[in-house]
Amino acid sequence: MESGVAEAISRIPDPEVPVISIADLGILRSVEVDEASRTVVVTVTPTYSGCPAMEAIAGRISFEAYSHGYAAHVCTQLSPAWTTDWMTDEGKAALARFGIAPPGRAPTGESRGPVALTLSRHVVGCPRCGSTDTTEIAHFGSTACKALRRCNACLEPFDEFKAI
Amino acid sequence: MSTPQSPPPRSDTSGRPRSSTPSGPTAERGPLPGAAENSPGTKPYATYLLGLADDAMVYAQRLGEWMTNAPQIEEDMALGNIALDLLGQARGLYPYVGSIDGTGRSEDDFAMHRDEREWRNVHLVEQERGDFADEMARLLWFSAYQVELHTALGASSDDVVAGVAGKALKEVRYHLDHAALWVVRLGDGTEESQRRMQAALQRVLPYLAELFDDDAASVQAAGLGAGVLPSGLHDAVVARVADVVGEATLTLPDESPWRSRGGRDGIHSRPMGYLLAEMQHIARSHPGATW
Repeated sequence: MESGVAEAISRIPDPEVPVISIADLGILRSVEVDEASRTVVVTVTPTYSGCPAMEAIAGRISFEAYSHGYAAHVCTQLSPAWTTDWMTDEGKAALARFGIAPPGRAPTGESRGPVALTLSRHVVGCPRCGSTDTTEIAHFGSTACKALRRCNACLEPFDEFKAI
Repeated sequence: MSTPQSPPPRSDTSGRPRSSTPSGPTAERGPLPGAAENSPGTKPYATYLLGLADDAMVYAQRLGEWMTNAPQIEEDMALGNIALDLLGQARGLYPYVGSIDGTGRSEDDFAMHRDEREWRNVHLVEQERGDFADEMARLLWFSAYQVELHTALGASSDDVVAGVAGKALKEVRYHLDHAALWVVRLGDGTEESQRRMQAALQRVLPYLAELFDDDAASVQAAGLGAGVLPSGLHDAVVARVADVVGEATLTLPDESPWRSRGGRDGIHSRPMGYLLAEMQHIARSHPGATW
């Protein structure tokens, strides 16, 4: 029973990128099941301060716990801050299959120099054709965690999961 | 939504941070991370954090106005995303401020149910959105300030503040990158874009000094090891902006002949009341409504 509820919570999909689970995204920090009181304490770290998906995720966690016969207590933990390095390899592969370029290694310290000199800051492969000849066309995409790029080989636009 | 409660206390007419008498309700609410060591002077410290939260909240509102008004649809998205990050930063602080100032106010109480004199944001963020170049000048300065601020606050003795700052730092670095890209593109662009970007750098100038004023609340917060002295951030922020301005083939204007002041004391400039009216009117027209 215990593994059932923890497993169900770890499989919850991200509401905005439903091909990746909250465990593979790296935002699920811990699930503590207390059989005596039939409660689960779930600790989640948001991707961005203002990520509007957090409330939906907390609601879904409560729902999954409830359907397994548990009450859920969802804690938000800000520190240490989430990094895309916590994303699992399976999660990155799922993003690529879905057409979102997975994040590269998170920058340590300053992302670039004091002055951003170019729109293309790093090599990002096209999730469709694999070409590394791609250009950033917008710094911000459809959600806080993504930027928009274009492949210069197959000419398709695609989302990039920003490395932070 | 919040439970019914007494209205928040008004700031006193002198505008100074309220006296540091120990407040009973704080102790009754139980220990909060990082709050215990600050208990002797919670009110000025709460006022300090409120200033940081209000800067983020008010600027989020102004940036949100660009959605459908920016020069490109991608820029609608960008400024909306930046606004969302700032809104999240404010939300990370408001309930905490409500717990340490003893009022128990929620984030909605702070954002939707305070009058102009109770807001502690600097005048820079409340100014009306002007030319797109004006916004990029403001975003460049404010993001550079926030990068230095949150870098310093990452070492705060208050775990809650350090946590919010650690998260925010990753976001504001990206905002700074975005502003820098535009300032360089406009400055090193056409004659017209350069003229307007240079004029924008001039117009934003009177509103910058206030960011670096050491008011009583920030002195208190820095004394606790939980906040930072704004004056200590000045040189590093100017250096960041100067690098970008140089790259943009623009000139960093000299000191302004006049400067704006009063925001940290709750005394605001003309646009603030209009901003609050638009931001708050639905919440105030339907008291207690939830969705």
